[in-house]
Amino acid sequence: MYRQFKLVFVICVIFLIPLSAFAQDAINIDSGATAWMLTSTALVLLMVPGLAMFYGGLVRTKNVLGTMMHSFAAMGIMTVLWTVVGYSMSFGENILGGWIGWNPEYFLLKGIDESIMAAGVPEYVFSMFQGKFAIITPALIAGAFAERISFKAYCLFIALWGLLIYNPLCHWVWAADGFLLNMGAAGAIDFAGGTVVHISSGVSGLVAAIYIGARRGYPKTTISPSNMVMTMMGAGLLWVGWFGFNAGSSISSGLATAQALTVTQVSAAAGAMTWLIIEGLHTGKATALGFASGILAGLVAVTPAAGVVQPYGALALGTIASIICYSAILLKNRIGYDDSLDAFGIHGIGGIVGALVLTFFIRESWMTAAASANGGSWSVWQQFGVQAIAVGIAIVYAAVGTFIILFIINKLLGLRSSDADEMAGLDHSEHGERGYGMLNAN
Amino acid sequence: MKLITAIINENKLDQVREALIEAEITRITVSRVSGHGRQRGENIYRGQKIVPNLLPKVRIDIGVNEAFVDITVNTILEAAKSGDEGSVGDGKIFITPLEECIRIRTNERGGEAI
Repeated sequence: MYRQFKLVFVICVIFLIPLSAFAQDAINIDSGATAWMLTSTALVLLMVPGLAMFYGGLVRTKNVLGTMMHSFAAMGIMTVLWTVVGYSMSFGENILGGWIGWNPEYFLLKGIDESIMAAGVPEYVFSMFQGKFAIITPALIAGAFAERISFKAYCLFIALWGLLIYNPLCHWVWAADGFLLNMGAAGAIDFAGGTVVHISSGVSGLVAAIYIGARRGYPKTTISPSNMVMTMMGAGLLWVGWFGFNAGSSISSGLATAQALTVTQVSAAAGAMTWLIIEGLHTGKATALGFASGILAGLVAVTPAAGVVQPYGALALGTIASIICYSAILLKNRIGYDDSLDAFGIHGIGGIVGALVLTFFIRESWMTAAASANGGSWSVWQQFGVQAIAVGIAIVYAAVGTFIILFIINKLLGLRSSDADEMAGLDHSEHGERGYGMLNAN
Repeated sequence: MKLITAIINENKLDQVREALIEAEITRITVSRVSGHGRQRGENIYRGQKIVPNLLPKVRIDIGVNEAFVDITVNTILEAAKSGDEGSVGDGKIFITPLEECIRIRTNERGGEAI
């Protein structure tokens, strides 16, 4: 009996010694944080079909599939690029003077097979979570030039945009050695992607909408939504998915997660309420599209702020964002550029409002920590300066970069679909299919 | 008065509408219909050749006074034809005599109401 135990013990020791290196890593996994990050990763992906439904319902019947395909194509293209080089470009160490990052270990995600991050989360989860942001950002831009872009040009556009605009911005704002993360006392605040996701996509959308030109007939003919019901379902999915987007950006499952989750809900509700009230006073009718737009304005504005504001700040952010986004859309109609689904009006403007206004609602403890990091003092206006610089850099970089990419693609392939194709609808001319098939007799 | 009914390819709707508006024929009723003529529609669905029995079409109804029949018909013909030669499936135009036309708002009757 004793000898058998001894044998088992020896065998155990023999096997345990070489395994100890792995065992140590395995102990470090925080299953609570990992479980929440897995959930968040799925929730952020859910936003992409949500966006497809939101945008798809807003275009005309003949373009519904083409528009939904803009979101779905991003899921394919951006995931592949992210796996091959995107993660490395975004989260590797500074190269080329900090323009992008690079880490050969991250190429094809080869080196992270068994890597566990300091937060107790497997690095695979973090890289996939971040990859979902790289998917939704270019998909957001598609709203600006819906119903008139050639599919081939769109695919090339989002691939180049992801590599040359998104990855550098993501690196500057979120990588440990990114220069915006390390600006000022405690960095430019962008909790879940106000500058990286919303300002960059909104501004790029504006540039693209102007460069490509308005849809045929705009603004003389009314171009009305094909299916508001689908748009409302999409807006609902976006709201739900946004909990992964914001609360997941804490890369933990704890207090910071709870804070982010709460302000996300509050700001979305405040934005939606405000939009309804403005619209009710302005036009006399509270529309479903207005409610959905208000939800998005509130969510976009709280995205950079979710880590630093308290619920009263979220109420203010949602309200202010709705007021300014509503005005921006009125202004768009007056100026006459065709940002078809208001990618700039909601995401660009809302992101800018959120990134700047959040400064006035930062919680005490954050400011105290920033002050001590700065050697005693750090004022709201100093932080405002940092925020303004980050916003300015994102706007200029996205606008100039997008213009160059569009210019090159236009020379190579031509961006715009032909007049005949546009009149027939992108579903038919680009994809050879039709949406809403069930309306046909057979 | 005549009632002009055109059954056209659904992808040509905007072309026809724009051409009609250009020719100052601005009153129109459009509906989605299904049907088939002599067209042999062969579609590829999931890699299989199938022959659909009903195809989506668009139906346009326009009531016009005699003087406008030709311009309306010619405009539709020009805009709804695919290419120069046209192809099977481009549709048909029917012209029927119209007995009466009444505008609900004003109770006007006949050519005035069209």
